[in-house]
Amino acid sequence: MGIEALSLSEQLILTLAALILFTSFLLLAQTRMVSLIHTFAWQGALLFAATVLMATSSGRHHLFISAGLTLALKVFFIPWQLRRLVVRLDIRREVETVGGASLIMIGAGALTLFSYYVVLPIRELSLLSTRNTIAISLAIILIGMLMIITRRKAVAQVIGFMSMENGLFFAAVVSTYGMPMVVELGVAFDVLVAAILFGIFFFQIRSGIGSLNVDHLNRLTEVDK
Amino acid sequence: MNALYLCLLLPLIGTLLLALVGHWPRAGWINTLLCMATFIAALQLAFNIFEQGPMLSPGKLFYIDAFNVYLILLNAFVGLTTSIFSGPYMAHEVKIGRVDDGRMRLYHAMYQGFLFTMLLALSTNNLGILWVSIEGATLATVLLVSLYRTPESIEAGWKYFILCGVGIAQALFGTVLIYFAAERILPGSDDTLLWSVLHEHAGQLEPAVLTIAFAFLLVGYGTKVGLVPLHNWLPDAHSEGPTPMSAILSGLLLNIALYAVVRFKMIVDPALGNHLAGQMMMGFGLLSFSVASLLLHHQRDVKRMFAYSSIEHMGLMTFAFGIGGPLATFGALLHMIVHSLTKSSIFVTVGHAAHVAGTQSIAGIRGLIKTQPVVGWCLLIATVAIAGFPPFGVFTSEFLLFTATIKSWPWLVIPLLSGLVIAFTGLFRHIQPMVFGEPPAGQVAVPANMWPVILHLLLVLLLGISIPGVLVDWLNQATIMVVGRGVL
Repeated sequence: MGIEALSLSEQLILTLAALILFTSFLLLAQTRMVSLIHTFAWQGALLFAATVLMATSSGRHHLFISAGLTLALKVFFIPWQLRRLVVRLDIRREVETVGGASLIMIGAGALTLFSYYVVLPIRELSLLSTRNTIAISLAIILIGMLMIITRRKAVAQVIGFMSMENGLFFAAVVSTYGMPMVVELGVAFDVLVAAILFGIFFFQIRSGIGSLNVDHLNRLTEVDK
Repeated sequence: MNALYLCLLLPLIGTLLLALVGHWPRAGWINTLLCMATFIAALQLAFNIFEQGPMLSPGKLFYIDAFNVYLILLNAFVGLTTSIFSGPYMAHEVKIGRVDDGRMRLYHAMYQGFLFTMLLALSTNNLGILWVSIEGATLATVLLVSLYRTPESIEAGWKYFILCGVGIAQALFGTVLIYFAAERILPGSDDTLLWSVLHEHAGQLEPAVLTIAFAFLLVGYGTKVGLVPLHNWLPDAHSEGPTPMSAILSGLLLNIALYAVVRFKMIVDPALGNHLAGQMMMGFGLLSFSVASLLLHHQRDVKRMFAYSSIEHMGLMTFAFGIGGPLATFGALLHMIVHSLTKSSIFVTVGHAAHVAGTQSIAGIRGLIKTQPVVGWCLLIATVAIAGFPPFGVFTSEFLLFTATIKSWPWLVIPLLSGLVIAFTGLFRHIQPMVFGEPPAGQVAVPANMWPVILHLLLVLLLGISIPGVLVDWLNQATIMVVGRGVL
């Protein structure tokens, strides 16, 4: 079954999925704080487009509410808040060297392959587009985790965390036409609270250890020395 | 049902109320009163379930059966006794200048918020709401962990936030996959994520999807249970946060994450038709149990040490639910109760001990029995109880677990027994000098309300000597729910 056998909206969804995965790779390699936040906002915008497309093509109108939430939270509020914090903490110009960037990229590619491998045995996924979207959303989640592992700056880790949330949201919207409304509202609320808490934490870390480099958070160890 | 709504509304109102007035000198009392009212509502709810059997709320959003009603009651009870301890304890913290008014407001509001999210997680029928409320409980406790604003507590808070956030995101992906599988058999209905509906149709769900989903769910909620290798946040959060929070974290939150795993196992088992989910749980459980009992020895901070003891017991329970026979499940359900009661009483006692000595380090706490006998004795007895000595309830539940293990996996008794012995030596090696050593000059007793501790220990003793028939009946019903057969 080739790509041309799919309907136009499904082809569009797949294109958007590929673009969202691409932004995940971009986030992984992006070194400047402000560009990182902008890339994250673009990922949110693509997610918003995918949700609107799903809502119109599947006729499930509660997805419009989800799309509105995505637009408000992930394209405007969270990036705006992060940007404001970065300005206030005066780390706009900050460049973070990502150690072994090419290796990390290869790792992210491997994670994408692994995601496809994981969803392979699912019989229900005979439809080409769903198999792709589940695999891609899993890849986005895993790449978000990789970003949290490899980055040393708290802001970058938070963006990794939020892009994981994007992957989850993408999985829920595109492969299952959105979770029940009450759940989506709850998840959105949790994400909102988490974003605000992260902001509070930046200041706490900054005042506690004098910088936002989490490598300095090393006082507590498994076995006391 | 009204009792349930009251149970959920009271802490919610309490959160808002204490966010405004949490810094009053009387705020501790308000907190206790709210918990008392919640506990009475929970008692009423338990009584209703006892009379009428499982209940589904009219909107299908809440589902109460024998399995979660006893946990709701336990939650309300431990929340109440911990709040009785929390009032004077936090007043002392204010007096020595560790927290100010704004943070007291935050502390009290989050205490109630934490109780609310936990009760919601236990009573909800919707698996998505279950995730939302467990995430909510994480968010409520993050601010409590970093309450003292020391570099260590900020580090502990950050670790807790990132690790549990990432972990619980995995659990959400698992929930999405379950939903995906359910959509295939119940297309377009709004009830697809309801546990009661899924449980009914579990046999028709696709095994391949559910295997992957359960792996994600176990890793996700397992992070919150504190299973090795994702346990790093737990000792940090316990040692750096305020002591009342350690008591409810260890006593309640870990149980609720395990409860979530078991709820999913009940759906996955009939769908897979094999023992895969149970074996995963056994592996993780045994690993956590062994690693934690070894790490107990190396701790210098008393709260960290007991946090490792919590990991060990949670591992044991996960292992027991994994074995999955009626006897093992009954033992695990009983162990949930006795571990909660004992561990929360230990943290309360340790909190007082730390105030007596002015430090949390094991080396700094000496001669409690001479300075303040009641604290010393309670610490000693509670440690004896948690190490699993007869006649306490922990012995009863562990004995049942061992019996079940010998029946189905005889070789695994060896690591279990050695783990228990190692943990016991680790505990007593540290507790002995703390209780019986020579007190440093000038150490004086602090005002302490030990009634909650004594009450908890008496209950654990009662559960070790003779478990009330009502409770046996409940646990047996819950066992029937979980594995399909009862023990009686």
